[in-house]
Parts: sequence; structure tokens; C-alpha cells
Amino acid sequence: MSDKHLSTQFDAELSGISGRVLEMGGLVESQVSQALYALTQFSGETAAQVLRQEERVNQMEMEIDRDLSAIIARRQPTARDLRLLIAVSKAIANLERVGDEAARIARTVQKLIGTGLNTRLPLSDLSFEADLAIAQLRKALDAFARLDTAKALEVLKQDDQIDQEFEGLMRKLITYMMEDPRTISSSIDLVFVAKAIERVGDHAKNLAEAIIYVVKGTDVRHTSVEDVENVVR
Amino acid sequence: MDTKVEIASFEKPKLRVKDLNFYYGSFHALKHINLEIPEKKVTAFIGPSGCGKSTLLRVFNRMFELYPEQRAEGEVTLDGEDILSKKLDVSLVRAKIGMVFQKPTPFPMSIYDNIAFGVRLFETLPRVEMDERVEWALKKAALWNEVKDKLNQNGSSLSGGQQQRLCIARGIAIKPEVLLLDEPCSALDPISTGKIEELIHELKVDYTVMIVTHNMQQAARCSDYTAYMYLGDLVEFGPTSELFMKPKKKDTEDYITGRFG
Repeated sequence: MSDKHLSTQFDAELSGISGRVLEMGGLVESQVSQALYALTQFSGETAAQVLRQEERVNQMEMEIDRDLSAIIARRQPTARDLRLLIAVSKAIANLERVGDEAARIARTVQKLIGTGLNTRLPLSDLSFEADLAIAQLRKALDAFARLDTAKALEVLKQDDQIDQEFEGLMRKLITYMMEDPRTISSSIDLVFVAKAIERVGDHAKNLAEAIIYVVKGTDVRHTSVEDVENVVR
Repeated sequence: MDTKVEIASFEKPKLRVKDLNFYYGSFHALKHINLEIPEKKVTAFIGPSGCGKSTLLRVFNRMFELYPEQRAEGEVTLDGEDILSKKLDVSLVRAKIGMVFQKPTPFPMSIYDNIAFGVRLFETLPRVEMDERVEWALKKAALWNEVKDKLNQNGSSLSGGQQQRLCIARGIAIKPEVLLLDEPCSALDPISTGKIEELIHELKVDYTVMIVTHNMQQAARCSDYTAYMYLGDLVEFGPTSELFMKPKKKDTEDYITGRFG
């Protein structure tokens, strides 16, 4: 937001809360990366670290929510300011869910370490899906920092890729399970991991939609990519 | 500036303003205003000091005619009748379009007579009917319960908030069709303000209400439509929820978000 308010304090509050959202975003992004590292490297220590961070993420969500209520109560924001605060509220809910997904992956890793993982399973495919999702999340956070609708639109357009990757991975895991029933238990665990990663992509998408709402004032949820393009243009 | 404003077709316009210009001597205070005020809705006018919002309100009941150097050009029609026409008696216009001012202006007479005074100008009512009219107006203005036992007391003995509701009661006692409120709450505390806003909400069942306010939150709270004016131009007009959530013009957004400077 280029123009300044008459009240510099209000400007400081808005940029402060946006900064906190980005900080929270950075935290959950690293959580997802670490969860994947824990999975591919079979690291119980890293998995435990991811779970420890979850507490911090939850705490941040509550703190930002509290600041948000205070700004609304004191400033009675309107128009773009109000839309920004609504978007902040949605963003932190989505980021907190991303943190939950990372924790879910970490718990799966701990379980797999306990039961033993069949190393023939396509972990590299999972890594690839995860890289896509993390890149989407990073791009969405970047777009949020600059309120960049073009970048937000890219996130929406690329969500399909993760979905396709997820479906391809499903087919592969089903093949493994059919060929060798001993892999069924681990494969099912990996299905849940793949789903968790796919959900991270969805949360990045929600974040991108919120950014377009802030800048354009149009709710683009449940809207085709073509229609969103018209809004952004 | 394009001031063409469209209202969704289901709203019936009560007042229509066509290419209205207003001058204080040589100063051009309202510039080519085009506007339709929907019937039985609350329309708020917001904008910085000197934007012309109060001037516009004063045109609507020809208040400006008291000053020879002030003149209005253009057309303002009430249900199709041009109220700026010299052929139309100004007191008839004001019987249909009542006004309440920023500072409460009770007449130096009893509460009862404050209400009855205006009515007597237009109607000759038997005592019983006049009593009923006074009670009706005071009830409409949410003041009856507070004053019913002291109707003979002087109007100025009431509190500021009560005085303002008395003025609104006086305004509606003559059963106008349109009620103009010029900063009705600026001298009132939040509780009195809340009562007046509640009253505005109830009044729109019967009246077309227009309110000028410096308090944007008040406009947001109690109006259905909002007009943003600046330096004599009508910048934007639209449903209040839209104007405060997603204004079409950047100037409007800068003003309502406090970026105006």
C-alpha cells in the first residue's frame, strides 16, 4: 500500500501485522521443508523438531488474531484496510493449517521409523510434489508481502500441477500395493503424506485468493482461473 | 468529473437532482450535481469541510433563499415537481421537506408548543387531535416516555440529546415526506447519538431521510446509500456497504480510509 494514512500509528499497525503474517508464513514454510527432510532422510530428530515448532505457530496465530481484533476495535477500518485485515485473518488460519499438515507428516515419519519403511517406495516423487507445494507457498507469501496480484494469479494457475502430481503418485502407490502387499501399510502412510502436501498447495491457493481480494475487492474463491484473470487484469 | 449515478431500478427515486449548480455570490459551491435519492431510505452525505454537502441539503428545502447573494441553478424535483420553481410556495416545500440542524434549536416555549407550533402553521386541529399529534411525534422521536409528565416545561430544560430529539419530533409532526438532518449528532454524547441513529432507522419506514455527517462511522452505521462529495463535486454515490467495502473511486477510498491529506 503506497499511500500513507494521516495516522502514522495506523500505518505502523497495519505493516506490523502484515510483517507478523510473513514471519508466521516463514515458520510454517520451514516446517514443511523440515517435515519432508525428516521423511526422506528418515530423521526422527528433525520430525520431533517440526512437532516442537507447531506450538510456536499456534501461539503466533492467536497473537496475530488478538492484534487484529484490537486494530478493528480501535480503528474501525474501511475499504482496502478492512479487506487487508480480513485477508490477514484468513491467511493466518490457512498458515496454521499448513503447520498442522507439516506436523501430520512429522508424526507419520515417527511412526514409519518405528515400523520400518520399505525403501522401494517412490519417496523422490513425494519430494517433487513437496517442492512444488513449498514453492507455491513461498510464492503466495511473496505476493502477500508485495500485494502482487500477478504473482497471486500464478499461484492459482499452478495449483493444478500439484493436483496432477498427487494423482500420479496415487496411481504409483496403488501399483506398488498391488504388486507387493507387504508395502500396503507404508504405502497408505505415504498416501496421507501426499494428501497433506496437496493440502499445503490448497492453502497457498487460498492465500493467493485473499491477496486478490485485498487489492481488487473481488472475492475470487470458487471462480474459474479465466474469470480471475479478468479481475486481475 | 463524471457524476452520473445510477440506482438499481427497484428503488423508486423520491428526489431527482439534475445538473444542479449553486453559487455563494461568485463562488461556485456545487458543480453539476446529478443524483437520485431513493424513497424511504437513508442517504448519507460525507466529505471534508467545504465540500458542499450541507449546501446541497440546504438547497433541498430552499433554505438558501434567505440570503440574496446565494442562488441555485438546475432542477430538483420531488416526486416530479420542481421544488426550486419560484411558482412553488417555499413554505409548502418545507412542509414536505423538514430539516433538523446541527445544534438543537428548541423554541423558547413549552415542549408541547414546540411540537404544536409547526403543526398550527399548516393545519387547524381541535385540541384532542393536536394532543394526539404531539404524542405521536414525541413517540416517533423516542422522547415520549422521558417528557410525557412535563409537557408544559420549557423545551430548553431538556438535555442536548433530548432537545435534538424534540427538534426531530417537531420536524416530523407536520408529517413531511423527506427529512433532512444536518449533523444531527455532532453536539451529542454517544448514548444520545445511539438513540438518534436508532430513530433514523425507524424513521425510514415512513420517510426519505438524508443526513449530512462528519462522522464516517455514523454514515456507515445508519445509511443505505452514501454520497461522497469533494470541492463541490459529487465524487461517488452508491450503496453504503459497497462504498465502505469497495469504493469505485480512489479519491473516495483515500477519504474513508483516512489517507486524505
